[in-house]
Amino acid sequence: MGLFKKRINEFPTPYTCNNAIKEGGLSTKLSMILMGFGNIVNGQVIKGLIYLFIEIVYLVYMIVQGTGFIAGLGTLGSAEQQEVWDEAKQIYTYTKGDQSILMLLYGVTAILLTVLMIFIWRGTLKSAYKAECLRKEGKHVNTFLEDLKSLLHENLYRLFMTPPTAFVFVFTILPLVFMICMAFTNYSRIDNHLMLFDWVGLENFKTLFDSGSILGSTFWSVLVWTVVWAFFATFSNYIFGMILSLLINRKGTRAKGFWRFCFVLSCAVPMFVSLLIMRTMLQPEGAVNVLLRNLGLIAGDASLPFFTNPTWARVTVIIINIWVGVPYTLLQLTGVLQNIPEDLYEAARVDGANAIQTFTKITLPYMLYVTTPYLIVTFTGNINNFNVIYLLSGGDPVTDLSSTAGKTDLLVTWLYKLTIDKQYYNIGAVIGIMTFIILAIGALFTYRNSKSYKEEGGF
Amino acid sequence: MAKQFQSAKKKKMINNTVVHIILAVLAVIWLFPIFWVILTSFRAEKGSYVSTFLPKAFTFSNYEKLFNDTTILNFPQMFMNTLFIAICSCILSSFYVLAVSYCLSRIKFKLRKPYMNMAMVLGLFPGFMSMIAVYFILKAVGLTEGGLIKLALILCYSGGAGLGFQIAKGFFDTIPVAIDEAALLDGCTRWQIFSRITLPLSKPIIVYTVLTSFMAPWLDFIFAKVICRANSDQYTIAIGLWKMLEKEYIDSWYTSFAAGAVLISIPIALLFLFMQKYYVDGVSGAVKG
Repeated sequence: MGLFKKRINEFPTPYTCNNAIKEGGLSTKLSMILMGFGNIVNGQVIKGLIYLFIEIVYLVYMIVQGTGFIAGLGTLGSAEQQEVWDEAKQIYTYTKGDQSILMLLYGVTAILLTVLMIFIWRGTLKSAYKAECLRKEGKHVNTFLEDLKSLLHENLYRLFMTPPTAFVFVFTILPLVFMICMAFTNYSRIDNHLMLFDWVGLENFKTLFDSGSILGSTFWSVLVWTVVWAFFATFSNYIFGMILSLLINRKGTRAKGFWRFCFVLSCAVPMFVSLLIMRTMLQPEGAVNVLLRNLGLIAGDASLPFFTNPTWARVTVIIINIWVGVPYTLLQLTGVLQNIPEDLYEAARVDGANAIQTFTKITLPYMLYVTTPYLIVTFTGNINNFNVIYLLSGGDPVTDLSSTAGKTDLLVTWLYKLTIDKQYYNIGAVIGIMTFIILAIGALFTYRNSKSYKEEGGF
Repeated sequence: MAKQFQSAKKKKMINNTVVHIILAVLAVIWLFPIFWVILTSFRAEKGSYVSTFLPKAFTFSNYEKLFNDTTILNFPQMFMNTLFIAICSCILSSFYVLAVSYCLSRIKFKLRKPYMNMAMVLGLFPGFMSMIAVYFILKAVGLTEGGLIKLALILCYSGGAGLGFQIAKGFFDTIPVAIDEAALLDGCTRWQIFSRITLPLSKPIIVYTVLTSFMAPWLDFIFAKVICRANSDQYTIAIGLWKMLEKEYIDSWYTSFAAGAVLISIPIALLFLFMQKYYVDGVSGAVKG
């Protein structure tokens, strides 16, 4: 697989970490222990002091708390919260027990900080070695002010990328690692492990794969429905959006702007508002049933089981998803459709192709070619489509009372229910990981096979 | 010959009429729920379930209730909360998105590809998976109490901004590199190129980025719900509207929900329609590849 190709270094530089350790002078070697020493010796005092300061802060943190946190990861706490009778005050007081969740969080944070520290450490070595080399060669060594100025020029990317990346680390990567860890614990309301929990290895994965257990059988049925849903939701939107877009953009159609406006207006309304409206309209006593009764299409006391019958519910969410999604597809495809070279159509017309032939032989292949990345993104988006399902049906109807998922629940909405409502955090995390694996395999496969990927050559 | 021509013309006309009728029917279907919620917002009868489709009497009291009845669900306060959060997170995340996409599009640095691959991998994880973990982290730092919840939400909404660079990067890719090179030869710094050349050329994508990030807090209610929990004075509009449809409120608040939905939808719809043009530009630029 091309994935594991040996990467060619596009940015060759003599100032690497290895070179620093092997060939660096005494001052550089000393900066392995005393960060920033090399910089101070070679004239970059302020930079060196900053490095030194970072090292001291890190060491103090590790000594005071960090090591304890990392050690805590092993056991995740054992002291239970206890009730103690306080004679003096005549009340029960609680001793502070260990909170596994906090211990896990702090432990993971400490490890991530250490990893970050290793990167900084490598950075200081490189920087010290570079300063040393430049000085030896008699070249100019940047002062601190010049370093700061370079942040606006050749190092602009450092200035621009660092804050967003830091945010991504704190709000995306740290939580993810934390959550992935939970998948290997028994942190769940089952057996009351909300305060104290332990590592259980692959136990949760086993439960989920065991089709004999309730969770296992639910998992498989939810998984199948998720894939079916994603397929239909993506392609129904795509095809329908394309047809609509063709109808609006064809030559004979008048008032193109007006039609586009009509459809776009519905996606201008916030999605959760329109979905909540849809939900209330489709209730047994909702507007749609009332309208149908008034028109005499169904009996006066009957109502269509939009969200109460499993099959009806599934079809309903897919159809409503068309309502929600087509305007977006329309917006996105209109631009692409207008880019199809006109002469292709003319040639087809000369050759006597009819409308359907031009669509299947020209429009569709061209669109598929250009919009494959978009389709993949939509497909992934639909597998993770929380809003539509949660707001519309809430996963209902639940036919099997012992299972935790309803008939329209996707993996994500099930995950949400399990974590937020049921507090089965460990199972929720396992489902998240499984979703990721499914998506990763799918995305890798399709990305690598799509023409636009091959031609773009990267990413 | 003339006859044939005429019949072709006739056929064309029939085709056109059929297409217009189909479009009209579809447009009605698409606009029907919007029409219905506007009707409901003026409906005088309370309660969620009614036996007639059209309201029997019209009233403005649903709108008045939103602003006067602030004891249980304080709509004006929710509005101010959301506005504040939206403005702050909009500034922060627009800057992040533009900065990251500019770097990834224009500057070749060592971590560029790894960063883009990381973004793709992270994008495959369900966002809700880490939500509860984010809550624990914010709680451990002490940001889940009182007014700090606003800060927590701002951080959450702009936290992922560094990963949402695709559309803006696609746009920056379309600006000729020759301009940058010429400026470099003239002695411009990268920062000057970014601020004086690239940004003025990128009005569509700036408008698009600013508006999308401004709209996010108005539309999201799941993150807000998990982080706010029971702190009702910190609720955003979306949670408020969601609450109105819960069992204990739905009977008295249903029509006001419709009124609130209309009030929120008007500015959002205006922003969206204004943004639409830029949206298409940005996306088709990115899709072209």
